[in-house]
Amino acid sequence: MFALVDGNNFYVSCERAFRPALKTRPVVVLSNNDGCAIARSNEAKALGIRMGAPWFECRQLAEEHGVVALSANFTLYGDMSNRMMSIAAGLGPAQEIYSIDESFIDLTGIRGNLAKRGQDVRERILQWIGIPTGIGIALTKTLAKLANHIAKSADRKPGSYPPELARVCNLAALPAADLDAVLQATDVGEVWGIGRRIAKQLRDEGVVDVLQLIEIDPATIRRRWSVVLERTVRELQGQACIAMEDAPPPKQEIAYTRSFGQPVTSLYELTQAVTEFASGAGAKLRLQGGLAGQINVFIHTSPFRQGPQYSNSALVPLRRPTADTPVLVRAAVRGLQVIYRPGFHYIKAGVMLLDLQDGTIEQGELDLEDEPIARGDLMGTLDKLNDRYGRGTVLLASAGLEGKQRSWAMRQNLLTPQYTTRWADLPVARA
Amino acid sequence: MNSVCPVNAIAFIKGEKLLLAWVEGTVPAGFPSPAADFQVKRHDLNDLLITHPAATFMWQARGFSMVELGIEDGDVLVCNRALIPKHGDRVVAEVDGDFTVKQLYKRNGVVQLRSGNPTFPPILFRDGQTMTICGVVTASIKLFR
Repeated sequence: MFALVDGNNFYVSCERAFRPALKTRPVVVLSNNDGCAIARSNEAKALGIRMGAPWFECRQLAEEHGVVALSANFTLYGDMSNRMMSIAAGLGPAQEIYSIDESFIDLTGIRGNLAKRGQDVRERILQWIGIPTGIGIALTKTLAKLANHIAKSADRKPGSYPPELARVCNLAALPAADLDAVLQATDVGEVWGIGRRIAKQLRDEGVVDVLQLIEIDPATIRRRWSVVLERTVRELQGQACIAMEDAPPPKQEIAYTRSFGQPVTSLYELTQAVTEFASGAGAKLRLQGGLAGQINVFIHTSPFRQGPQYSNSALVPLRRPTADTPVLVRAAVRGLQVIYRPGFHYIKAGVMLLDLQDGTIEQGELDLEDEPIARGDLMGTLDKLNDRYGRGTVLLASAGLEGKQRSWAMRQNLLTPQYTTRWADLPVARA
Repeated sequence: MNSVCPVNAIAFIKGEKLLLAWVEGTVPAGFPSPAADFQVKRHDLNDLLITHPAATFMWQARGFSMVELGIEDGDVLVCNRALIPKHGDRVVAEVDGDFTVKQLYKRNGVVQLRSGNPTFPPILFRDGQTMTICGVVTASIKLFR
């Protein structure tokens, strides 16, 4: 038995927890550089603002209806996510954190009324941190995800599902006939693991709702589609095929890419950006205790803007696998110098660390050159300083200084304070 | 003592070296610390102030309506949202879209938010009006320098 606990409109809910005045307004949270809507309040959804909609497209509609737009405050969302996850973990013996706002809970061995238990946990999350959630409970992870969809839809769109399934939905407790009715009311496109392409193929074959899908023999699914879809169908039929994952496996590649706040033309500015991105990627790499064997650097112009277009990338192999920021930055900047062409308006750059390996394994090598200079724990110290005093406290000089020179820095004009992580940003209570 | 040599023993022959296994580790000299068995955690303010880490949030008080109840302008308020607010608790509440810190009055079906300063009137609630309490203030931190 599994539960999926998911924060409703999570980023918006985090913002509302610290700005109660937003509770009665439509709210959207925008992606980096205030580009696209990545979270919408129910009111904003009702206005027809789509997920991922570019802000410049819906701006006029939003302004007419008094929509409040905010820059994504990932520091705040990360802290609220930690709190939510720690409370949700009380639902069962094991938890898999699936994304910033979703976690699966293994309910194996839990007796009693699971829906009641889910309601208690939902109530606790709401009271303790002010975030509304939906909880889906079912025999398999795919069904739990579906139950979560039902719990949220029944809450947000009355009439879509029976009202008693709103907020907390335990599909395993439904009588067979009721379960069939609910599955029949659900489009195949809502199923976890069924993307837009597969959903269209299924609909073209006359398989429109989930009930129709689970009536197909899994062997047929495997023959006509894939073993992946077969697994999904088996899960929907109540046969658990996807186990809990305790810890995500170490990443195979680490990317650090950003769009610029405004277009950049000079190698000088790009060098600053690439230095910062390579430094950020290095810190992520050290966090997982890895070493990188190759580094990829890319730059490109904006396909949405007029003018000449250019896009290129360079793969720079590293002499020895490393997690040392100056070495990574030197390699990335060398790559940048090779691909840079003057006369273009660059809008995005990125650094990817590839060929990652475990830091504890060291390849022996012939003694052909001098040993690398021993740096002691320089990188560890650097990470600790930046962790304790804030990102960018100690950086390579080629990253440039904050302020006017960094024209490429991310645009976050509508950023809210870091209410829970910075003393200077404490929310104010009037006395 | 009997001078019988065990079969596997290394014969001790005068003048030759006896090979001994290297043992990793150190042998401490001097007296062991008499406090070694009594090592405990030093005072940590988190233990005193934060009983529910996930549910504890901080606000900064601004204003003078609570001075007689120990909350002064600029204090950092430690709020525990896991506690059920009782009559007499200092609470952070949402009133008209803003946060406010007041004392909860809850007697004989009457709910009010009272001030700790006679010059500030209590906040009254009419029927049907909702008041959201964000958390119970469990501590007010003052920094003197």
